[in-house]
Amino acid sequence: MCKRIQNQKKGEIILRKFYSLLLLVALVLVIAACGANDKDNANDKNNKASDNAANDNNDSASGDGGTVEIFSWWTGAGEEEGLLALIDLFNELQPDITVENAAVAGGAGTNAKAVLTTRMQGNDPPSTFQVHGGEELNKSWVAADKMEPINDLYEANDWMDKFPDELIELVSDGDDIYSVPVNVHRGNVVFYNKAVFEEHGIEVPTTLDEFFDVAEKLQAAGVTPLALGDKESWEATMIFENLLAAELGTDGYLDLFAGDIEFDDPKIVKVAEDLGKVLEYVNEDHASRNWQDSAQLVAEGEAAMLNMGDWAKGYFVNDLKLETNEDFGYFAFPGTDGDFSVITDTFGKPKGIDDVPATEEFLTFLGSTEAQDVFNPIKGSIPARIDADVEKYDAYGQDTMEDFKTANLFPSLAHGSAASEGFVTKANQAVNIFVTQGDVDNFITALKNAAPDM
Amino acid sequence: MVFVYGFISWSGYVSLSNYNTIVPDFSFAGLKNYIYLFQDFRFQAGLRNTLFFTILFIGAVIVSGLVLAILLDKSVKGESVFRNIFLFPMALSFVVTGVVWQWLLHPSTGFNYFLKFLNIEPKWYTDTNILAGFKWGSIEFGLPVAIIAVVIAAVWQMTGFSLAMYIAGLRAIPEEVREAARMDGASEFQVYMRVVIPMLMPITMSVVIIMAHISLKIFDLIYAMTGSGANFVTDVPGLYMFETTFRGNYYANGAAISIIMLLLVAVFIVPYLWTNRKGDQ
Repeated sequence: MCKRIQNQKKGEIILRKFYSLLLLVALVLVIAACGANDKDNANDKNNKASDNAANDNNDSASGDGGTVEIFSWWTGAGEEEGLLALIDLFNELQPDITVENAAVAGGAGTNAKAVLTTRMQGNDPPSTFQVHGGEELNKSWVAADKMEPINDLYEANDWMDKFPDELIELVSDGDDIYSVPVNVHRGNVVFYNKAVFEEHGIEVPTTLDEFFDVAEKLQAAGVTPLALGDKESWEATMIFENLLAAELGTDGYLDLFAGDIEFDDPKIVKVAEDLGKVLEYVNEDHASRNWQDSAQLVAEGEAAMLNMGDWAKGYFVNDLKLETNEDFGYFAFPGTDGDFSVITDTFGKPKGIDDVPATEEFLTFLGSTEAQDVFNPIKGSIPARIDADVEKYDAYGQDTMEDFKTANLFPSLAHGSAASEGFVTKANQAVNIFVTQGDVDNFITALKNAAPDM
Repeated sequence: MVFVYGFISWSGYVSLSNYNTIVPDFSFAGLKNYIYLFQDFRFQAGLRNTLFFTILFIGAVIVSGLVLAILLDKSVKGESVFRNIFLFPMALSFVVTGVVWQWLLHPSTGFNYFLKFLNIEPKWYTDTNILAGFKWGSIEFGLPVAIIAVVIAAVWQMTGFSLAMYIAGLRAIPEEVREAARMDGASEFQVYMRVVIPMLMPITMSVVIIMAHISLKIFDLIYAMTGSGANFVTDVPGLYMFETTFRGNYYANGAAISIIMLLLVAVFIVPYLWTNRKGDQ
């Protein structure tokens, strides 16, 4: 009797030890999983997505129509769904072609770009890949002679008058067109908290002077006028480029990046001074925040305004559950009304790919209104085509589509469209230093020194 | 052999070329890239940060590891529990540590949430002040306050390692030696200062070497925790190398940075290997 109890106790102790060990292992796994979280989750999803896509195809057809591998960094909320919807639609239309989704997560595309560089340099290009229209395409892949012009696709599909001329110019080098724009984001938007504006009786500022007045008023009332999260420093560069457009106009802006205006021009010095002034009105902990964190400040009413590309609208609506035009409003960056900072995702045709016909089918599909109207409402961008169906977009989208038709377009610097990636990294560094030091001369010198890399 | 030394010499070759665009250009540039780097604000800042990070990190890891090891060695109750608790952070990756400490030391949340009530609000890794700074080259040379936050996180993670090394070292010191010292009239404090710690010297050397090469090459912790920071107060050469090479396509500059990092690590490793070899003979 006694022995049995003892045995039982021993058993219990062993069992308990076993459980605690199990718990420890579980804890380790949980913690390890948390860290790798971002990347792995996204990768898993992608794998699953591509598996699904591949399976669907194998089920529905023989799959001998070829294979297309789409390379992108669309793994975030909204954009991944949009991409999957695109692939689904393409599968319906072209059941013979297998689509492989090769998306790389993380770092607003910087991780993907590193992977892409390796693959392109190693002559193992994906069938087609996401690239921002502008110098990110022209100064790198086109300059390195890795891309095939697709003028024939534009002619065959009558695309020449379906996309704005300035946009086609952005994806062309001379007369050769190198990619198909799928969506357009606007970079010169300021989002603001409506309740905060009303509470302090503030009107939407349309000029820089008005903006500074408003900022002064808000700061006196104890509200952070402008939210900034420049942990990655391109967020501050976006303010700089919008100030450039406000001061120089879009023509001057284009001249600047064509090298026709020097960076030590008095106008640019004035822009630098204005940037310094704007930075006096931002939240103190800007260096510890990314753009989502800074958008939260506006959502919570701690800050009044946020200068961000209009992907922030998707974040406000989908993640923070705010109502457009009710909780938050938007206006063009002061002084750039009628201008439109373009950030466009495009897809091109690399040299040396395995399956040219299937890739061309896919590119044709990407340029169609059907594809653009499926993808863009989900992603929260507007279509690059000017003849898309307005009804499918929300109030913000319709507004922006209207602006897009008439506005003067200018390519974004922070997102690699206005200048080469080399210049962009150097400009980001210069801005990062300027944000803290506020030394205009240093800033201008740094930009001037980097200009040959443009 | 090929995969290590072959690639090192390839990096050396690229670092002397003009390969600073996406289109390969292997024409000889001499030391142009190195000269550019040593004049560059960001690189100078990175070297400064690495220097102070290394000093603070190694010092703190040694002191905290040693103190904890001595306390545990006194056979406190529940020693094994404490040992495991201290060792546990070592099982984590630097990325996890970085993310967690990014929250804990965030200037608006984390510890500051409580410190607020004491009216202290350190800005942690967003602080752009340079302590005892003076102008040197294009940067302000001195201790960047922000780097202290990173040091805290790194020390939290690596103390377990030096603790384990020191416990092993302490166990290897025979009790007779300490007895003898006590017989000679040494106080307990003197026993540690004059006998135990000098006898732990080889352990300390190993800890320094291992920690030095972790801190000189540090990338993941900073990448996950702070990024390069405002005014590059938490930037390190590793981070600069990654960004300039893979974002800016400055391959030759990137290669030059990695060669400089290799040389920095060599400064620590080569004397160590040398003395080891001497010891063997």
